[in-house]
Amino acid sequence: MAELPRLVHPYIPNSAPAVRESMLSTIGVDSVEELLAVIPENLRLDRDLDLPPALSSEAELDRHMSRLLGANRPAAEAISFLGAGTYDHYVPAVCSEVNGRAEFLTAYAGEPYEDHGKWQAIFEYTSLMADLLEMDVVNVPTYDGFQALATSLRMAVRITGRTRLLVPATLDAAKNARVRSFLDGIAEVTTIPADPRSGTIDVDWVAANLDAEVAAVLVETPNQRGAVETAAPRIAELAHAAGALLVASTDPISLGHLPAPASWGADIVCGDIQSLGLGMHFGGANGGFIATHDDERFVYEFPSRLFGLAPTRVEGEIGFVDVAYERTSLAMRDEGVEWVGTAAALWGITAAVYLSQMGPEGLRELGETVAANTRHTISVLESIPGVEVLHSQQAHWREFMVRFPGRDAAEVNAALLSYGIFGGALAREVFGSEANLEEAVYCVTERHTASDIDALKHALTEILG
Amino acid sequence: MTVTESTDTDRTARPKRSGADAATAPAGAGLPAWSPEKTGLRSYHAPRWDEPLIHALSTPGQRGMLVPAPMAALPDRAPEAAVRRDTPVELPEIAQPQVLRHFLRLSQETLGADLNVDIGQGTCTMKYSPKINERFAGSPLSVGTHPRQAAETVQGTLQILSELQDCLAEVSGMDAISLQAGSGSAAIFGNASIVRAYHADRGEGDTRDEVITTIYSHPSNAATAKTLGYKVITLYPDENGFPDLEALRSAVSERTAALFITNPEDTGIFNPRITEYVEAVHEVGGLCVYDQANANGLLGIARAREAGFDLCHFNLHKTFSTPHACGGPAAGAIGARSHLSQFLPGPRIERVDGMYRFAEADPCAIADIRPGHGVIPNLIRAYVWIRALGAQGLREVSDIAVLNNNYALAKMLEIPGVEAPYAPSKHRVEQVRYSWQGLTDDTGVSSGELGQRMADYGFHYWTSHHPYIVPEPLTLEPTESYSRAEIDEYVNTLADIAAEARTDPETIHSSPLRSSIHTVDQDATTDPDTWATSWRAYRRKYLAESFTAPPRWTPAEDLPMRERAPKAHHR
Repeated sequence: MAELPRLVHPYIPNSAPAVRESMLSTIGVDSVEELLAVIPENLRLDRDLDLPPALSSEAELDRHMSRLLGANRPAAEAISFLGAGTYDHYVPAVCSEVNGRAEFLTAYAGEPYEDHGKWQAIFEYTSLMADLLEMDVVNVPTYDGFQALATSLRMAVRITGRTRLLVPATLDAAKNARVRSFLDGIAEVTTIPADPRSGTIDVDWVAANLDAEVAAVLVETPNQRGAVETAAPRIAELAHAAGALLVASTDPISLGHLPAPASWGADIVCGDIQSLGLGMHFGGANGGFIATHDDERFVYEFPSRLFGLAPTRVEGEIGFVDVAYERTSLAMRDEGVEWVGTAAALWGITAAVYLSQMGPEGLRELGETVAANTRHTISVLESIPGVEVLHSQQAHWREFMVRFPGRDAAEVNAALLSYGIFGGALAREVFGSEANLEEAVYCVTERHTASDIDALKHALTEILG
Repeated sequence: MTVTESTDTDRTARPKRSGADAATAPAGAGLPAWSPEKTGLRSYHAPRWDEPLIHALSTPGQRGMLVPAPMAALPDRAPEAAVRRDTPVELPEIAQPQVLRHFLRLSQETLGADLNVDIGQGTCTMKYSPKINERFAGSPLSVGTHPRQAAETVQGTLQILSELQDCLAEVSGMDAISLQAGSGSAAIFGNASIVRAYHADRGEGDTRDEVITTIYSHPSNAATAKTLGYKVITLYPDENGFPDLEALRSAVSERTAALFITNPEDTGIFNPRITEYVEAVHEVGGLCVYDQANANGLLGIARAREAGFDLCHFNLHKTFSTPHACGGPAAGAIGARSHLSQFLPGPRIERVDGMYRFAEADPCAIADIRPGHGVIPNLIRAYVWIRALGAQGLREVSDIAVLNNNYALAKMLEIPGVEAPYAPSKHRVEQVRYSWQGLTDDTGVSSGELGQRMADYGFHYWTSHHPYIVPEPLTLEPTESYSRAEIDEYVNTLADIAAEARTDPETIHSSPLRSSIHTVDQDATTDPDTWATSWRAYRRKYLAESFTAPPRWTPAEDLPMRERAPKAHHR
């Protein structure tokens, strides 16, 4: 193999030739190759890797990346009605500041000593979420809302010893597939039909189908159609009467406006924290929360790490500890509960900063603004010929379903793009290929203005006229 | 026993004045004799802010953020008004500067890899995460993009993902790459799901119910397989530290779904007979899955393809430099040979007529592992890192990672009481799992306690994954990012502490002494009656506050309480 020319790269201090030689001499070998002699020839790559040429200077790298990213046209800078799992809520500057702090960004698995601040910040995240969710136990975040829901339902199966789950028809298709795949061989998943009048769970169907085999009923509120599950308390009552758990999936940012699921009877509450100051990141910023009451039957079934307060050997000083670490795969490998690994800790800390800044009044105002903006947009769209808003008499929060009778929603979106508007997510992409081609899920947040809605009305009127 | 706060005897204040000579210094006032070089132990104290919990900062009426007013007031008769909650959420009320100050103080009490010589977290490849990469990961041109926006409006990101797929395919030798998994363990879960889908597709889903892994592979290999319903067989090392090949040969059968294995394993010893393991599994129709968590010493040297693996995964937050972020977000990339590529999760990116777009998923594809297309900020960072280094740079990364590790090994073995079990005189790849058993036998000081003492000098130190097969373990992985002087400092500090264990074990037992806090009582609050998993739980249990009792499930009287595993701790 040809000897590669030596590269002294800024990221690799000991590539400086003199240092390298002196280290080889300390080891007592002549070359790095000698250190790798154990790797047999048949396992060796007998050529250089075929990769794009290096952009070794930071200046070149910067230019290349600026050009690449410059080809993007971010939704956040357009008028966008895309939601469906990734939401354009405002990211406060302090969230970005803390998220980018070198100490937090580059720490990892430190103990409660050298990483005391990390442990406290994550404990504060779980505590703030516990306040918001009105439950005592919240996990160190798992990957995302998909995993949080899938695990919550498996927890329900383990806690009750029952093997049937009732899951609403209104879930995002990818989330639904992920959940069902995770429950394959564990539980039978039965779909709860939606009530065609409201777009929410058919409560009569639930009442008729609950039996002693059902481990849990899932309620997602607001659901993926944006509708608030107004009958959730009744569903919880029915589930409990049948000995089943009520698992609730929600977006915690909605709880400035809507009551906490625990208050109406949810036993496990889960979801994604993307809305809490993380930003959209092309759908790549997520953290999954799972919350329960302080009941050991529930706590021992969490796969995630749980942080708790602990005394130190100095009187009056408080530190942090892993609660019931023996549950985890880190302690017990395949004898632990599911598995735990690196997931979303810094997003949790970022969400803690968000909740600390918003406080009760900020979250209330945000909830009210989103509710009002949602209703205003529904009203405006309903006034446009050729546009129908589905289930518009049902309470919605942030999202709602729109139908363009006789028109493919993808064509409407293509036309809107020429107005600089990103139309709502296509129902076929959110709910799967069975969904109505004429439908889309529209989303508005506190970042939208009345003039955005006027622009949408103007464009739709022209497109559909 | 509770003691009052103590301070360490000042072991770092030894004279280090070799550079300046008092005789040649100017007379009178001015600088004392002093050398800019530090030759002894670092005089360190961790930041200690004694910062209260965020809840203690709450002052009624304060606020940290204002929110835009609605476009139009919500009409009283709107359905949304009927679902408005009755009471405000219970969160602290804090103005913005106080929120910032609080979290910055906590950040200072956190020892990131940007600050310390982070070679003590073996298996985790704590390397430099270049600052330039943050500009792109956090660019509004990326952060502001939505995963469902039209492909034509997000060509930059799609090109980055497409080129990253191609780079990782080349580095692994695999035929197709999925970038969707959110971490290493999520990628292992993805691979186990692909194994399950592959055998089910061939009608062998029910009969192939065993997964084989090794005790020195990451616990998630065993745990994700178990989560998916597999019976897990774990191979233990032979006298040379390799997974017992004969044990593997007797374990494989028509029930074998797959082997999940790392090479080098967490011992850092490369297994030169890896193809024999792969062949033994292939012979019975099982798949071979390469956990490439330990790839940092092998870039451009040895690949999954040449070793015959069907599937592999990389941890982009390890080998490919994305920051560890206190434990995520991370990113995992799955590589598959062509006979398995149709099972890969999430959309591949293709280029048609000069435009990038997502290809239709194959009907065989396993369910998406996570929402969207992957952890985009980390995929961008990994891409930028590869582009900054190129083929030669990646090879140099591995060469220097191997050099640094064997240099640290040579220096470590000079310390009495430590050894590197297995292959005593052999070179290692990128990390070594050491044992302090000799020192523990002599002094009663454990590896975990040495780690606590290292915190007094501004270092992080990790033992190993459980169970501790190597007794009193320490796993060092010096990666390519640390200078010789930094490696020397780390090892010299360990040597000094090991000597201290022999002369003053009590100081080590009571450490850390110069950290942000003191030794935590690990047993006081991990039982159902005592644990305080949130501030709210503490208020209920310890302050006897009561909260409204909501409706909730109650277990049937005959529902048994499950047996729990014996108590275990992080270290």
